[in-house]
Amino acid sequence: MSGAGWIRLVVVAIMVGGLEAACRLGALPATAIIAPSEMLRAMVEALTSGEIATDIRLTFTAVAIAASLAVAGGFVLGFLIHLSPRLRAALDPLLAAYYAIPHVAFYPLLIVVFGLGIGPLIVLATAFGIVAMIIATLTGLDRVPRVLMRTARVHRLSPLQEMVLVRLPAAMPHLLSGVKLALSYAFIGVIAGEFILSTAGVGHAIAYAYDNFDNRRMYGLIVFVIGFMVVVNTMVLLWERRLAQRRGAR
Amino acid sequence: MTIDRTSVHAALAGVTRVYPARAGQQPVHALGPLDLELRHGEFFSVVGPSGCGKSTLLDVLSGLAPPSDGQASFEGKALGDNVPDGIGVVFQEDASFPWLTVGDNVAFGLRRRGTDPAEIRRRVDYALGFMGLLAFAQAYPAQLSGGMRQRVCIARTLVMQPRLILLDEPFGALDQQTRLLMGDELLRLWRETGATVMLITHALDEANLLSDRIGVMSARPGRFIAIVETGWSRDRDSTLAEDPRFGAVSSRLWSYLRPESLRALGQQVPAAAQSADPLMSAAQ
Amino acid sequence: MTIAARGRDSILVLIAILAVWQAINLVGGDNLMTSPLATVQHAIDMMGQARFWPHLRETITAYLAALAIAVLGGVGFGVLLGAHRLTGDVAEPIFVALYSIPKVTLYPVILLAFGLGIQAKIAFGALHGIIPIVIFSLNAVRQINRTWLRTARTMSLTPLQTVRHVIIPATVPEIFSGLRVGAALTLLGTMLGELFASQRGLGFLLMTAIDLHDVKTIMAIALLITLFSVAMNTVMLTLDRRLHARF
Repeated sequence: MSGAGWIRLVVVAIMVGGLEAACRLGALPATAIIAPSEMLRAMVEALTSGEIATDIRLTFTAVAIAASLAVAGGFVLGFLIHLSPRLRAALDPLLAAYYAIPHVAFYPLLIVVFGLGIGPLIVLATAFGIVAMIIATLTGLDRVPRVLMRTARVHRLSPLQEMVLVRLPAAMPHLLSGVKLALSYAFIGVIAGEFILSTAGVGHAIAYAYDNFDNRRMYGLIVFVIGFMVVVNTMVLLWERRLAQRRGAR
Repeated sequence: MTIDRTSVHAALAGVTRVYPARAGQQPVHALGPLDLELRHGEFFSVVGPSGCGKSTLLDVLSGLAPPSDGQASFEGKALGDNVPDGIGVVFQEDASFPWLTVGDNVAFGLRRRGTDPAEIRRRVDYALGFMGLLAFAQAYPAQLSGGMRQRVCIARTLVMQPRLILLDEPFGALDQQTRLLMGDELLRLWRETGATVMLITHALDEANLLSDRIGVMSARPGRFIAIVETGWSRDRDSTLAEDPRFGAVSSRLWSYLRPESLRALGQQVPAAAQSADPLMSAAQ
Repeated sequence: MTIAARGRDSILVLIAILAVWQAINLVGGDNLMTSPLATVQHAIDMMGQARFWPHLRETITAYLAALAIAVLGGVGFGVLLGAHRLTGDVAEPIFVALYSIPKVTLYPVILLAFGLGIQAKIAFGALHGIIPIVIFSLNAVRQINRTWLRTARTMSLTPLQTVRHVIIPATVPEIFSGLRVGAALTLLGTMLGELFASQRGLGFLLMTAIDLHDVKTIMAIALLITLFSVAMNTVMLTLDRRLHARF
């Protein structure tokens, strides 16, 4: 790990340690926040008790379906849009404005249309993630260096060969970051949806614990969700970095 | 095989290239009309001021872009919008595929052609050895320096056994010393393969050192204003720079090129900016 | 393609969206989605009602307060962290990690800390917006072209002159990009806050409309929010592109 990496670790450790001390010494009200060690213990309890197993299964099923739809659909749509410069130019303002619109404003409409349950969650999370994948696909295909396309012509590749052997591998780093974004947006979408409008799932379990003043359970689940996302992101980041090392920054 | 070193290998006759107008702009007349005859097995270089259409010339001669007018031909057949078998191109930019190892990069073209694997291995090993890349066969281009990556691209072209090799400022991004050494390797490759080579460069000394003949191009739209014969022996290398005749050829090239370079420079400076500059107007 | 043709194509896309919307209404009826025209009509009606205005004012107040905190705090923090190389290296990944976690799970914590009023919404909106602004500002300062700074030194500019004539012009385009992303996320955070355990604001109106199955109101409010966010984004994106065009 780099020097900055160690310092970062120490900084985070000091912040967590400070919070731990403040809670233990009673400097912060127990009704508002509990010590990090308690949060961890509560997380383990919640996970081992089996009480939220159904919620976890539901959440991860929804995330898996939504992320797959967003990645596959976003890639196909991005690819098709790329083929037509005119369509692309027409859709450009829409793509640019998409993430400026607070998607949560559409949650209530989704409930009304699809009812409560996993359906609206999947629609919501897919819609939230798919455009990131579309944009990443477009960017990746746009930024294939011209010289590589010319090399493909010198080798007399067919359009299909050019796509499979040159364009897609060249666009791969962008496609992967699209996958990363789509996955993370799908996760955020599902959790947010559950939190506000669902009757099941981890997001709902957090909201339910809050409503019932069960701070221990609530913090345990928050740490679980955030910890999970941080672990996934770190793994993807390390993988990306290895790939970038091999391919260099170009 | 004996080849007649005076016979025509590739030719341009009355070739022009005009890029169609973009929205709200004039069409760009990039090249010609110009004529050129490349002889079998010669090393021909093209020098010219920046923006004169050197790269467009290469596009037309390789079949990457059809001429707007006139005829381009290779081995007696007309060139259109496709690169025919037998022509290899090395670009200025790094064209190595970053997702393939050096060995796979070099084997790329042969695999597309469906060559027998044992034959691919043999030819790839030869090309890697020739370019001094054997130790890096398993490396990825990102792990190599710019000069080494350009060697990968040259090896990738070499392995296809092209009869005409076109190089578009292949050493433009390299430092001077690496350039000189790469020039020597290019000469070695040229002698070994017997291929016809056309090199586009902006470096007069480089053109001088490497070439049998040098075509000097005018400012845009580019045409040939002079063809200079160097008369160097076939087994030359970069030590040629010590020869007193070397400097004379460079001087001659520059005397042709200087007015064109000045014209090209003037084209790039907007007229309004010229008159608004107090130093410039004072000088006038 | 000319700009006019581009605009025409984009208008065709807009018309297509409206057509699909209208078609859904025709197939599914008013209980599924109200028609575009009826939605606009209802939005205008709502704007004319006195009881609507306190809610709109609440949302706008919360948003502007959150935005002010996010902008001032984000640019300030980002520039400070970016100015020192090591602090920047230490801090940036932390903010990037914060950027990609589902912050909605933190809303109960905000509620416990700030109570059930407008402060919680402001804090939550600011939390969403400040992170991208910090990241963009930090990188803007960190990645400033070192040659420009060395040029400033060869001209013996004072530190103040360097900031005024080199650092600010060099970083403004990137920081502005951060503000554009931050402004959008601040709105998202504020709306999220209003949808959960809120008693006033557009989000609260949305939640009550669900219980009443009042599709018309849900759609009218979603339309208003969409129009506002798209308009704001368009203006900021135009400025953003103009600032970046010089580089």
